[in-house]
Amino acid sequence: MDETRFKRIKDLPSTHILGTGTAMCAGCGGLEAVHEVYDILGEKTVFVNAAGCMTLLSIYPFTPFRGSWLYTAMASAPAGAQGIRDALDILLEKKRIPRDEDMDVVVLTGDGSAYGMGLSATSGAMERNLDFIYLCYDNEGYGNTGQQYSSATPHAARTSTSKGPKGFPGYKKDLFSIWVAHNPLYVATVLGAEPLDLARKIEKAKELKGPRLIIALSPCPTGWDFDPSESVEIGKLAVKTGIWPLKEYIDGKVVHTKVPDRRLPVEEYLKKQGRFAHLFSPKRNDKLIGEIQESVDKYWKGI
Amino acid sequence: MKRTLLTGNGAAAWGARLAGVDYIPAFPITPQTEIIEAIANWADSGEISGRMVTLESEHSMITAAGAAAATGVRVFTATSSQGLLYGMEMLYTVAGWRAPFVLVNVSRGLSAPITLEPDHNDILAARDSGFLQIHCATCQEVLDSILLAYRLGEDERVRLPVIVNMDGFYLSFTREPVEIPNQDVVNRFLPPYDPENISFRASQPTSQAVAVLGGGPYSYFRYEMHLAAQKSIEVFDKITRQFSEEFGRSYDAVEAYRTEDAEFIFVMIGSFATKAKEAVDRLRDAGRAIGLIRPRLLRPFPEAQIRRLLNGKKGVAVIDQNLSMGKGGILYTEIASALYGQPDAPPILVSFIGGLGGRDISQEEFFEMANNIRRAVEEGSAPPPRLLYTEGEMKEVRKLQAMANVERQM
Ligand SMILES: Cc1ncc(C[n+]2csc(CCOP(=O)(O)OP(=O)(O)O)c2C)c(N)n1
Ligand code: SF4
Ligand SMILES: [Mg+2]
Repeated sequence: MDETRFKRIKDLPSTHILGTGTAMCAGCGGLEAVHEVYDILGEKTVFVNAAGCMTLLSIYPFTPFRGSWLYTAMASAPAGAQGIRDALDILLEKKRIPRDEDMDVVVLTGDGSAYGMGLSATSGAMERNLDFIYLCYDNEGYGNTGQQYSSATPHAARTSTSKGPKGFPGYKKDLFSIWVAHNPLYVATVLGAEPLDLARKIEKAKELKGPRLIIALSPCPTGWDFDPSESVEIGKLAVKTGIWPLKEYIDGKVVHTKVPDRRLPVEEYLKKQGRFAHLFSPKRNDKLIGEIQESVDKYWKGI
Repeated sequence: MKRTLLTGNGAAAWGARLAGVDYIPAFPITPQTEIIEAIANWADSGEISGRMVTLESEHSMITAAGAAAATGVRVFTATSSQGLLYGMEMLYTVAGWRAPFVLVNVSRGLSAPITLEPDHNDILAARDSGFLQIHCATCQEVLDSILLAYRLGEDERVRLPVIVNMDGFYLSFTREPVEIPNQDVVNRFLPPYDPENISFRASQPTSQAVAVLGGGPYSYFRYEMHLAAQKSIEVFDKITRQFSEEFGRSYDAVEAYRTEDAEFIFVMIGSFATKAKEAVDRLRDAGRAIGLIRPRLLRPFPEAQIRRLLNGKKGVAVIDQNLSMGKGGILYTEIASALYGQPDAPPILVSFIGGLGGRDISQEEFFEMANNIRRAVEEGSAPPPRLLYTEGEMKEVRKLQAMANVERQM
């Protein structure tokens, strides 16, 4: 589909359908992405959630969703989606419900689930060609439990389990490629701070039938240690520095949807976040900053 | 109605087929595999309209089962042992969704050491999950219990998932004559699943299984489940009465065998109770006033029935095919708690552990246990819990250990 409804910012939905007053932190990049995605998907959705920050969206007796919601567990939200999708298909096939009772089944998990504990369940769902959307809000750590490092945590980031002078010793797992290796219908990276790119991708995903998986980088003031008012700016910097490539996989090809003309140095992004403060003070760690820059340069050289 | 030879696994598959299940999420594990293979073949050949999907784990399988039940279809699934434990988080979780379905567990001892043969530690690990539990002793009972389980779990006063348990090998692979009831009689007994207010529909948005804040609402919802489970004893009684009218077979919550004039009682669950019955007959022939009770329901725990059957007896032996490390037999503890403080409770309650990992319990051992209770009654004190284990077995293990030592040194 080449024709998009979303040509410029003013084409985006102007009212949000997700209710307000949730328990999420101010400036939560994950919630921003959920809002934007929900506006495009609409009310005929059932979200299947895994343990994480977003679990606290629905607290008895309140819910911000106009559609439906099922909380499962940390590891098995895709399996919950399988059960609901299969059951809806059975009900439709046996004509026990009319067509218009059908819904889009949307898995909503954090990175901890998506990159780790729930990966096997996601792999299974893709292999079974499940007709579902997976939305991973990636705040690069186990946020709900206090931002310990996960396999989505970037190199050198301070988390509550990597407080040493070098931060997190590991490297962020390339979930996009892991998903793509399964050859699902659609995979994309998005960002709440790039709403037009996000809207076009969700619009495209909504029209397809099969496994469609989305990772939204989700700036997290609480876990990344920055002021909530900077959330959008930090998101934009993730794209401008090339740290978060916006791309999609469709018809067997990976396409970058927004290539920065001149990438800003990564430190523009790093220095705004407390989790990287040890790279700049008390002494500047040129070696580590250089390493991060190199890995980003290497990525863009490779495409 | 037709009468045929079926294994316990075959009977389980037939139970699901007759119940007209819509959805069968599955994952293979010995000794359960024959159940899902039979169902897969029927689904492929169009003999059933249910849809089977193999998930990538039991954790996912139970999630999918619960989610599908919560969407409003009739669900069946089956597992065993390691699989049941792998899915344990979800057993507790989906029970709280109050969306009923039936899971057959084929009991098998837990690792480590790993074994394929049966005991009850797997199913008893699920004791407090919120699933109701029906324990079977014959292949016929497996088929019938699945029909009962759907009626029970789907009842508006209950709305809980149900596990139907059978022993691996001793039932799962043993052929017995089984009556397969006519579909129209089953349909009369078990109407189509009514999801009531639990379902996902575009026109009726709903949030299920949401978080609660604080112990107040949490306690409320958990206690509601408990009350529903307790209520299910009464519901079970009603359903079994109707079942026996339709099918001519009756299933009390507790099976009582030659208990009426008995002074001594064996208590067991599962298929080994058949061996105990044989021992009861032979002991009766020798003039001993002994009987057997076999709780079919373990959750809900049929306390009143157990009291009624045991109060006034002189001595009771509880034979556990499980072991709670650092405590002992689990069934023993349950029976003791039911009897404690009852004015007419049997003064002697003896605990035996046997049949772990498929180990047989011989007739001689039943006679020995009968002697043990009689002696304890005469002496007025119960001996400490005992493991059924022969000198021959001990020698055999010593031999294996010696061989292991030699191997290690080679
Ligand atoms: C089986 C299991 N292990 C651990 C937890 C504790 N836990 C709850 S939320 C969470 C973090 C999840 O991280 P992520 O998926 O990234 O979501 P986020 O909290 O960042 O939103 C953890 C570890 C759990 N709920 N279940
Ligand atoms: S911790 Fe981060 S991801 Fe979680 S609610 Fe707060 S801002 Fe959002
Ligand atoms: Mg996270």
